[in-house]
Order: sequence, then structure tokens, then C-alpha cells
Amino acid sequence: MSTEMTGAEMVMAALADQGVEHIFGYPGGAVLPIYDALFQQQKVKHILVRHEQGAVHAAEGYARSTGKVGCVLVTSGPGATNAVTGLTDALMDSIPIVCLTGQVPTHLIGNDAFQECDTVGITRPCTKHNYLVKNVADLPRVLHEAFHIAKSGRPGPVVVDIPKDIQFAKGKYSRPRDFQHRGYRPKVKGDLDRIKSAIGLMQHAKRPLFYTGGGVVNSGPEACQLLRELVKLTGFPITSTLMGLGAFPASDPQWIGMLGMHGTLEANFAMHDCDLMICVGARFDDRITGRLDAFSPGSKKIHVDIDPSSINKNVKVDLPIIGDCGHVLEDMVRLWRSTAREPDKHALATWWKQIDKWRARKSLAYRSSNEVIKPQYAIQRLYELTKSRDTYITTEVGQHQMWAAQFYRFEEPNRWMTSGGLGTMGYGLPAAVGVQLAHAGSLVIDIAGEASVLMTMQEMSTAAQYRLPIKIFILNNKYMGMVRQWQELLHGGRYAESYMDALPDFVKLAEAYHAVGIRCERPGDLDAAIKEMIAVNKAVIFDCVVDPAENCFPMIPSGRAHNEVLLGDSALSPDDAVTEEGKVMV
Amino acid sequence: MSVTTTSTHYPAATVSQQVETHTLSVLVDNEPGVLARVIGLFSGRGYNIDSLTVSETEHERHLSRITIVTSGTPMVIEQIKNQLDRLVPVHRVIDMTVAGPHLERELAMVKVRGKGEHRMEALRLADAFRARVIDASTESFVFEITGASDKIESFIALMLPLGLVEVSRTGVVAIARGPEGM
Repeated sequence: MSTEMTGAEMVMAALADQGVEHIFGYPGGAVLPIYDALFQQQKVKHILVRHEQGAVHAAEGYARSTGKVGCVLVTSGPGATNAVTGLTDALMDSIPIVCLTGQVPTHLIGNDAFQECDTVGITRPCTKHNYLVKNVADLPRVLHEAFHIAKSGRPGPVVVDIPKDIQFAKGKYSRPRDFQHRGYRPKVKGDLDRIKSAIGLMQHAKRPLFYTGGGVVNSGPEACQLLRELVKLTGFPITSTLMGLGAFPASDPQWIGMLGMHGTLEANFAMHDCDLMICVGARFDDRITGRLDAFSPGSKKIHVDIDPSSINKNVKVDLPIIGDCGHVLEDMVRLWRSTAREPDKHALATWWKQIDKWRARKSLAYRSSNEVIKPQYAIQRLYELTKSRDTYITTEVGQHQMWAAQFYRFEEPNRWMTSGGLGTMGYGLPAAVGVQLAHAGSLVIDIAGEASVLMTMQEMSTAAQYRLPIKIFILNNKYMGMVRQWQELLHGGRYAESYMDALPDFVKLAEAYHAVGIRCERPGDLDAAIKEMIAVNKAVIFDCVVDPAENCFPMIPSGRAHNEVLLGDSALSPDDAVTEEGKVMV
Repeated sequence: MSVTTTSTHYPAATVSQQVETHTLSVLVDNEPGVLARVIGLFSGRGYNIDSLTVSETEHERHLSRITIVTSGTPMVIEQIKNQLDRLVPVHRVIDMTVAGPHLERELAMVKVRGKGEHRMEALRLADAFRARVIDASTESFVFEITGASDKIESFIALMLPLGLVEVSRTGVVAIARGPEGM
């Protein structure tokens, strides 16, 4: 079926055919024909952001919380360059995004025309793929292909750059068909012999450990279900990266917490001491491995990943399995069930005893206070007061993000939206906008820092326009907390430019954005204030004034191994609490 | 609390393994930007390009063949192959160095200027190397030479004292021996 229409109309038709309900964008000269076509249709709803970076982060939040492709529409030049941070963020965290950018007319490309930039050149290294459409006849195919590439294999952002004359040009539109791309065919089924070998290794392991990541969440709810099944069947402990939180329920006794630089002691010690590491959908990022030559020295490593380039990138693994986590986990569950051999129960019991000993150190403990709100306490109370609700959490980047990961306990996937790979301050507020749009009746909270949230604060205006009751829960310590922490620990306490001077009055700022402002300064008032925040059916900025000196522990300092973790004062046992050296545990 | 360490918050570089040179054949869609993607990948990820040759080889299917000579540790070479394979317009990546016996050739044009005995010596050497004269003037020759890179290197080295002016080289192209295609 094909119908004659303009390029701009094709864009709207393709979006509708791809099932797009919301598109985040900002108009400008080079996309006006598309906005005109948008104006004349009902299927796709446009969400007007206040900055293009916000559009991409909102689309990321939308995509991550629904599993669908997030869509963005921006103009040429500054519109495209403003989107670059969001695109890079989506690439690093494997989020499916289709970003349509306007471009100057084809005859002006390369002429330094008004609002021209080399969009495909600039976005080439920060997208999974990108297109410049120079012929309207290619447009329908390119648009459908863009969605296919964004969501299949390892998901990622795709840019389609459409010159203005192509938006006006007429051509035949064709609907998406099942097609085989000439070169792009990601492998989703894992090699069965390798999966069999993996099961063999798992059955002989004495100190096994699941190390899972965002790939399981990306693979979908079925993959998370299969992961839970496999972990239950085997009885092995499981840890996860920041990106993988929620794939396995935090309330389960087999869950040993997040690993990595600010992970729990038990997770990092288990990584170091295990004899079999089963990595599913994670990529041995430097925040996870610490010092590479001391990373889990005695273990055999199985690595399940859909992206062959993730294999042996940082850490040499013994058994790579290329495929989609869901498919591989399905095979693993089936093979585990059908093989008669039981794992070494005795060894596993000893391993768990060791893990419980590490757990008993209570590495997340902190010194509580009746005078000042401890940020950890704030997250704990937020968790307790929202856990029975239908809640989604986004974050900015820094200390508050790590505390959220440590203290907010996720039971389900797609409930946790955070900027992991790129570490983009300013991610959480626009992401919350996207999440709230996708889940109208749900409670959406951006756990924020006062520094991060100011980077994209203008999106409060978007929240107001669409009546989105997002809650911005700011842990306000008046510092770029993580920067201050590093300066304290590694740069002699010289706090260069990390103090947030002249902060706005967040309550008044909320009011200026047609939202509700709440300030809380004392631990005793916290519960009532959080309840008030939840009860308000409007956007809320919650200024939670916390202890400015608090640091985020445990922490594996740079270039250290997993078993060289730093703990906070209150997590130290009495014998190592004596000396400064005692804080560095070897 | 203080930690005595001079490191940054990134891990230290790992001790490097032995560096190897590999020749890769990459089959790609001949579309705008594909070469930029390949080159951008190498520069963006800090890989080496020792030589790169590209031309459309199948006109009807719009396929180009890129031959890249690169060097790195075995882990880096594996990364390069996987990263190339991940690019959407890339159809196949073959590591000729490990795939089996193969041929590598380069073409060079070498301009030599001189008179008298130097001129005669250049001609004699060209003959020995089976280089052809493709341009001549009373005081110069342009030789065309084809062969493996080291043969071309030797020829150029010999021409240097005889009045070498300039060299233009294609870079390496490679193909597998035997009946099978890529």
C-alpha cells in the first residue's frame, strides 16, 4: 500500500504506524513543515519541552519505563547540538531513541547556512546509527529502519536528519514491512553448546555469583522473570550494576546488593572471591571492575551479552555467549531443569556463610542524627512511604544517585531511571517528565541533588504545561556532593568550586513554576512532609535540607581492587575504627 | 579521612601485551558517510590505522571493500573487529591475517630524477624489481611497481640515493588464496 504525500506527512504517518503516542520536541525553522503536519493530525501527541536536551532525556525516561522507543523532534543547528548530550546518554545506557532533526535545504548543506550544522557528522559517534535523507523516496524506508535499529539488538539512539526541502517534497509513502536489513542482523539466540558448557560450570561451581546489568532490563520483563527463576533454581547469590536494579527483587534473601564503586561490601567481596562469575547483560565497566589486574582473580567468567564488542573489552572472559539475555536465560533455565546433576550444596552453604559474614558488617550503615537529616535516612523514609505505591524513580547524578541506588529497594524492572554510563547531571527531571507521561496515574519521583537539578530546571515549565504531578525530591547539601567527597578524600579537602553558592529558594522557585514547594530541615518533620508531597496532585519541588558533610560509602577508591573498599565510620567494626589506616581495609 | 593515592578516579592503564599487525577486509554498503564511520571509530577509540584502501567492488549491490592494516594487542584487534562489525552498513569483517593464506599487494608510483649513471642504475634496478616505466623525460622517470609492502619499501630505499622525488602508494589490498570468496 502506498499513498502520495509530502515528506513531512510521511514523518507523521511513519510515527503513527510505528505506534508512537508521544513525541518530545521543540520547533524551529528547519522543522516547520513537520510541525505543520503534526498540527493536522491526532494520533501523535507532541510534548513541548524547554530545551532539546530535556526532550531526549524525557524520551529516555519514557522509553526506559515502558520498553518502547522514545521519540524526539528538534530543529537543525542548535536544536541538534543541544540534543547531543541526551543522545550520548542514550548510547551509553542502550536506550532506544529515534531523534528526528530538521536540516537546512539540501542545496544549502555545506554552505554555513543559518542554523546549519553537520548533524550526521556531529552525531555519528553518539548514535547507534544515523541518516541524512537526501531523497524523499528514501524517507519511509529510513524512518522504519530507524525504529528497527533503535529497538533491536543492543538498543540505542538513531538520528534521522531531514532537510527542509525533503519535508516539502512529495513522494510515495509505504508502511513498515517485515524486512531483513542487508547488513544489520543482530544475533539473539545464544550458541547452545556454549550454554550447555555454562550450565556445566554452574553445576560444578563452589563459589558462584550472578552479576547482572541493564541488558536484562532491556531484554524485557520476560528476561527478568527468567533471571528470577534461574537464580531461585540455582540458589546462587546475585548482585547487579546500577543499570540492572529491579531485574531481581531487592527484598529477596539471595540479593546481595549493588556492586561497584559504591556497592555493598558483600557484593564486591563476593565478586573478588567467587570461583564462577555469571555475567548477564553487564559490560565490566570501570565503575564495576576497579583495578583490572586485581579484578576477581580466581574466577571463571561467563559473559552473556547481545553485543559482541562488549566481550573481552575490559576483562578477558572464559565463556562468552552472544545473544539476547532473555533467549539465553530461557535456554539456561530449561537446561538446568533437565540436567539431573545437583550443584555442590555443601560448598554453596559455605559460600553463603561467608557472604553472610560480610553482610553482617552492614556496609551501608551510617550515623543517624536527630538534629540534621541524613541523606540516607531521607531515602529510607521516602522508600518506606512510597514502597506500597505504584512508584517510578529517576535520579540526577552524584551522591544522591548512589544513595538512591543503595537505599531505595527496587522490586520490579523499569522502575528505576538513572544516567549510568554518561553520568549526566540534569537527567532526572526531564526523565521524570517522560515517565509521568507514560504512566499518568503513577507516583514519579526524581531523587535529585540541588546542583544537578538546576541544570535542567526549566523542564518544570513542561511539567506545569502538561499538568504532570512529578515530585522533585532534592537532597540539598549545598555542594556538588560527589565532587566535594572526592576533593575531601583525594585532593586534601580543597573544595575548588564545589560549593553551590547563591542557590535559589526552591520553595519560591516551585511556586514560580506553578508547582508546590516544600522545605524540610529536621528529621522529625520528614515523614509528614513526604506524605504531604505524595498527597499533592501537582508537581512538587521538595527541598530536603541534609547534612552537608555526609559522604557516600562504601567506596572503592580509584585504582583499587574490590577488597580494598573504604567504609564509613559507623560501618567499621570496633577494632578497625581506631586508626585512619583501619578505614582502608585490605 | 584521607587516602594517599595519586591516581585519578579512573583505573590505571593495563600492562600492554604484544602488539600485532593484522590486515582486515571489510565489506560495506557504499553509502555516504560509511568511510567516516570507519575512520571515526578508529580515531574515537584510539586504534591505529597503518594503511587503508577503499573502492566499490560490486557495483550492482553497491558494496565497497575496505582493506585496513592495523596494529594492536590481541584484545584490541578483537575489539576492532567487533566494533567494525557493529556498524550498521558493515556486512562482513574478515581478519585476513588469521583467516588463512592470503595475498597482499600494493601499487606505488615512484618518481626519480637524475642523469647519467644514476639514471641507468635506476632503470636497471626497476627492471630487477619488475617495475614499469610509465612516464619518462630526459631527466626523470615515473616507475609503477606492484608487490607486497616490503618489496615496495626496498625499491623506494634503493631509489633514494638515485634521485627519488616523490612516491604515491595505494595502501594494501588483500585477497584470500583458493576458490572461496569473502
